[in-house]
Amino acid sequence: MRTAPTVSKRHLWLAMALTIAAAPAKAETIEVTIEKLVFSPATVEAKVGDTIEWVNKDVFAHTATVKGGWEVTIPPKKAASLTLKTAGSIDYFCRFHPNMKGRLTVTSP
Amino acid sequence: MFIRSTTALAALFLLSAATLAQASDKPSDPQIAHIAYTAGVLDVEAAMQALKKSKNKEILDFAKDMVRDHEAVNKQALDLVKKLNVTPEDNATSKALTKAADEERAKLAKLGGAAFDKAYVDNEVAYHKQVNGALETLLIPSAENAELKSLLETGLKLFQGHEQHAEHVAGMLK
Repeated sequence: MRTAPTVSKRHLWLAMALTIAAAPAKAETIEVTIEKLVFSPATVEAKVGDTIEWVNKDVFAHTATVKGGWEVTIPPKKAASLTLKTAGSIDYFCRFHPNMKGRLTVTSP
Repeated sequence: MFIRSTTALAALFLLSAATLAQASDKPSDPQIAHIAYTAGVLDVEAAMQALKKSKNKEILDFAKDMVRDHEAVNKQALDLVKKLNVTPEDNATSKALTKAADEERAKLAKLGGAAFDKAYVDNEVAYHKQVNGALETLLIPSAENAELKSLLETGLKLFQGHEQHAEHVAGMLK
């Protein structure tokens, strides 16, 4: 009877270790550079909960805009970020320069 | 519509005529720098006129974007010519661009309201298309200095972006 708690404690530790191992990877911040009017990388794979950080190296203001959805404005020589809340394939563009295009492929964690 | 197309054609003709005049002699870097800088200044002037005359939010936002972007790229151009110790040189193409833009501004000055908005944004589409053509076929291939060429290539992407932006705004006015 005296050993029982030890065993269950060990089991508990094991269970916890397994839980941690099986838990989804920690949310990441993924950087997208904007230089000479190009999003790089143009395509990013991410998970719900990850943050995309756009780093604008241009002297021009840009946006990351989803038609009928969200918009992030990235001022010249600044960065701006957005945490992804929903899964799906998201095409975005710069509203000021619609020839700039990017895509986020967001999966559930 | 007819008048607008005629002006755009005339501007294109002037640009090609100016180009032909120096066909044997491709533009030098100081001339290219002058043409690119002039193209930016002219678009800022067109935007300033729109900011004074228009009441349409789409037009006003677009015009502000033009002022901001063209001033930013022209500042880069000035920094570059200073660094390269190049003095921009006036030339027939710059003169033709300026003349066409002056005429367009005079024509737009007589319009108001929705007619002005439409004429302004249609001309922005045509103007950026024209400058993009010149950048692609003449200015970029002729540029000798690698840094100048690179700035012109960025300028081309910027102008192509503006052309699409202008087309979008034109679509929204309808």
